[in-house]
Amino acid sequence: MPTILAVTEQRQGALRKVSLEAVAAARMIADSLGATVDALILASGPVDGAAGLGVAGADRVLTATHDGFGLYNPDGYAATIASIGRGYAAIVFTASATGRDLSPRVAAKLKTACATDVTALAVEAGKIVATRPVYAGKAIQKLVLGGSPAILSVRPNTFAPVTTDKAGTPGVLAVPAFAQRVTVTEIKAPPQAALDVTEASIVVSGGRGLKEPANFKLVEDLAAAFGSAAVGASRAVVDAGWREHGAQVGQTGKTVAPSLYVAIGISGAIQHLAGMRTSKVIVAINKDKDAPIFKVADYGIIGDLFEVVPRLTEAIRKLKAE
Amino acid sequence: MKIAVCLKRVPDTTAKIVVGEDGKSIDETGVKFVPNPYDEYALEAALALKEKAGTGETVVYSLGGDSCQETIRTALAMGIDRGVLLQSPGSPDGFEVAQALAAELGAGGFDLILFGKMAVDDYNHQVGLMVGELLGLPAISAVSGLSIDGATVRAEREIEGAVEVVTCSLPAVITTDKGINTPRLPSLKGIMSAKKKPLESKPVALGAGAVTVAGLSLPPERQAGRIVGEGPDAVTQLVALLRNEAKVI
Ligand SMILES: Cc1cc2nc3c(=O)[nH]c(=O)nc-3n(C[C@H](O)[C@H](O)[C@H](O)COP(=O)(O)OP(=O)(O)OC[C@H]3O[C@@H](n4cnc5c(N)ncnc54)[C@H](O)[C@@H]3O)c2cc1C
Ligand SMILES: Nc1ncnc2c1ncn2[C@@H]1O[C@H](COP(=O)(O)O)[C@@H](O)[C@H]1O
Repeated sequence: MPTILAVTEQRQGALRKVSLEAVAAARMIADSLGATVDALILASGPVDGAAGLGVAGADRVLTATHDGFGLYNPDGYAATIASIGRGYAAIVFTASATGRDLSPRVAAKLKTACATDVTALAVEAGKIVATRPVYAGKAIQKLVLGGSPAILSVRPNTFAPVTTDKAGTPGVLAVPAFAQRVTVTEIKAPPQAALDVTEASIVVSGGRGLKEPANFKLVEDLAAAFGSAAVGASRAVVDAGWREHGAQVGQTGKTVAPSLYVAIGISGAIQHLAGMRTSKVIVAINKDKDAPIFKVADYGIIGDLFEVVPRLTEAIRKLKAE
Repeated sequence: MKIAVCLKRVPDTTAKIVVGEDGKSIDETGVKFVPNPYDEYALEAALALKEKAGTGETVVYSLGGDSCQETIRTALAMGIDRGVLLQSPGSPDGFEVAQALAAELGAGGFDLILFGKMAVDDYNHQVGLMVGELLGLPAISAVSGLSIDGATVRAEREIEGAVEVVTCSLPAVITTDKGINTPRLPSLKGIMSAKKKPLESKPVALGAGAVTVAGLSLPPERQAGRIVGEGPDAVTQLVALLRNEAKVI
């Protein structure tokens, strides 16, 4: 029976949520192919959340443990996955910072290509067909993955985690000898707060309409009112040094697909839209009724953000307090 | 220091995308092509590193049709010493492209091979890392901060909500992200001297590859938006819609 491998991610010993998305995507392919799913954990010790991988769709949960696997270990992870890679019909990664780095390494070791940032999957005539945005989201490409194994990474926030009645049998994967050429020495906390725009289910972004950096407080307050929302930014304000580059949404920044994207004082330039147009619901607040952002927004308010945003924050706070 | 930069010719990011007759690629009529924006960071890094070292050579490689000569000249105008065009129609399969580039770069004796983190046409995000694997070189991707001291490379890459610090030694492959530097513009003098710089062309053959494009389409237009209202008084209705219609809060 063919098997699909889902590569999970941990940070500081805790399973990252995107791992469940990779397993969900693998499960979907497996169900179409009549295959089973293996989930793989690479770590230096026990991983919090590993027990949930069975319910999330894995028939088997493999763990590869190595002292050097606490932080991301590009060469070690790639060698470990490649050592068993040929036995799989497909290997599914997440298109996260780690998955985007790891998947091409594994693909090259297995002498094949990979499909990056996949947003939809199907099986046609026994082959995996991956749908993915190209040309900054201005076109959608369908790729037939003929490789053996097929290697792909799925866009975060796109494949919803699933719940099954599986328990997932545990297994151990031996780490092969590998040449470590690259070493991750540390993870530095960012100067600005935590939740990443690519993984948050709500993103509140601000643009040049905020006039000056201090006014980003309005955006932060609204994000805080929603609860777990991330703060994003247009390139104009990142280039002006108001926000870190990590917050930039758009073609030369992050691509996000949250369930709710709120654009505040952002005109909606094509390069910005490239990064957020696949969001499930888009809200725009802009004083210019002709701003292009309104063409992609599900709901728009025409008005002065300095009046509208505080009122919105207050309304959300009240709603959450109920 | 001997540094190579791989440069892809891509449609300008503001270009309107029209699907071609084959239903698999874009219609290039009237589309302006530019150097891949992420590769411009790689070009700048190469120039700055050579300037700092005081000696060395910078070489730009581009795989594509003859029109890539124009793209290579742009890099030469920025200050790159010479160019190599690997003539090929290209491939959607990143591994095929990586193999052709690796075959060429492997014999070059480079201390550093630079790529953009991804090409803004195919969004593959893979060629640089694959070349690293094929050549058995250390590779660090999506680097937004770089320092090289002797043979020691220290790179920073943005991960979700944090920054990862990664080290390796030369020779190495680095792929560049925004934030690493600000690419220079070609000077008038640079543009003049670029015309006289060496640009070699040679055909390369790519294999069929493991991935095939089955179709290219335009994304579904988002439903025409609805203006909820004007000014702060529209907030109440917006919140009701988000809660009851969109069900996102
Ligand atoms: C190669 C390339 C790559 C790029 N990549 C990106 C990218 O990744 N991400 C990105 O965002 N951009 C990118 N850009 C830049 C993009 O073209 C725009 O310049 C940028 O997105 C504009 O940012 P903005 O919307 O904040 O500013 P503006 O375009 O200046 O818009 C400000 C908006 O605020 C509104 N406004 C002003 N005052 C108020 C008020 N009081 N109340 C309400 N609304 C108000 C205005 O009506 C206006 O619509 C890229 C450009 C290029 C050439
Ligand atoms: N045809 C090409 N010619 C030269 N360099 C390329 C080519 N395709 C990709 N590259 C390099 O590889 C990087 C990543 O491309 P990709 O994997 O296609 O997203 C680009 O930023 C370039 O540096």
